[in-house]
Amino acid sequence: MSTSLFAIIIGAIFVNNFILTRFLGLCPFFGVSKKTKPAIGMGLAVIFVVTMASVVTWLVYNLVLVPLHIQYLQIIVFILVIATLVQFVELFLKRYNLFLYKALGIYLPLITTNCIVLGIALLNVQEGYSFIQALVFGIAGPVGFALALLLMSGIRERLELSKVPKAFQGLPIAFIVASLMSMAFLAFSGIIQ
Amino acid sequence: MKRMTKQGNWWELAKGLFAENPVFCIVLGLCPTLAISTSLDNALGMGAAATFVLLGSNIFISAIRNKTPDKIRIPIFIVVIASFVTIVSLLMQAFTPALNKALGIYVPLIVVNCIIFGRAEAFAFKNNVIKSTLDAIGMGIGFTLSLLLISSIREFLGTGALKLIGITLISAPIEPAMVFILAPGALLVMGLLLGLFAHLRNRKYEKTCCEVKG
Repeated sequence: MSTSLFAIIIGAIFVNNFILTRFLGLCPFFGVSKKTKPAIGMGLAVIFVVTMASVVTWLVYNLVLVPLHIQYLQIIVFILVIATLVQFVELFLKRYNLFLYKALGIYLPLITTNCIVLGIALLNVQEGYSFIQALVFGIAGPVGFALALLLMSGIRERLELSKVPKAFQGLPIAFIVASLMSMAFLAFSGIIQ
Repeated sequence: MKRMTKQGNWWELAKGLFAENPVFCIVLGLCPTLAISTSLDNALGMGAAATFVLLGSNIFISAIRNKTPDKIRIPIFIVVIASFVTIVSLLMQAFTPALNKALGIYVPLIVVNCIIFGRAEAFAFKNNVIKSTLDAIGMGIGFTLSLLLISSIREFLGTGALKLIGITLISAPIEPAMVFILAPGALLVMGLLLGLFAHLRNRKYEKTCCEVKG
């Protein structure tokens, strides 16, 4: 993978979109994409938490695990760091920024078990990103997620009004819509080598 | 399916296969299901890994359930599950490096698979060790079968042949449709299968056997 920051941004948002090609974070994608408003809240919460998680797990991995030669503990350490971070963010927002807390509120605890957060920490290690690259990847990845979520919620609001065969109501039609979106995103592949 | 009493041990084993199938009925654990179901080999590997973790965590959590304080049970579950995933990940790196490479980051991501956490919270924490073991085996097999179903459709349409551990099971003189191996194929196959199951459910039982949660 190319190392330039621009390549990371375009790659994370369009070419290897977290939902549509990597399949990370499908549960919130199908769970909160019924209406546009919650989709925006979820998207913002994910951008906020994942960026922090990307930076913090990068620091923990490179400043703690590597010097101590205990990289094999990365799974346990990452998941604990992420769970603690989410708790901390929630407490902090509740105390200092009630507006943001009310906007993101219920989505924050859900994010702990979101594949994206752990996925981004593991991908940073796998690709061997530097600190700046991890930061940029940590912003671009969830932006791609939020984009797909927003597009999907717009389509699903329209779907509510249209006639769908009985067996396909609800989730099945959502999967087929996602498949068509994913096919559209395939057109971006080849931009970045 | 034969009518079974909902309390017996057999029910705990069998419910994961059809009535409460984790993928098609409760719609949990989607990320690995869609990402790695490109070939039968990958599906079998992921199914086995997830079943091992599910079995280990269910037995362990059920064994310590009376000693676990209610308030900090979730961090305890996470540590137990993450430990078993680490074991699986290290074993796969040592003995099946090719499979480990094919599954990539989806092996460590078993930690955040909702199926395993869901079973720990909803079942193992409330039931004894024997029932939890049977529940884990049933859910694990149900998960593996779902993966095999999706991946056999995708592999067959996408490559024109079905292979398992290097042996060709079926090959057909059809033009392979690459799109089924790529990401859109996964979502399409999953959507069509969910539609099919919903259709069968609507026809067979007036009262749905399991509700689809989003």
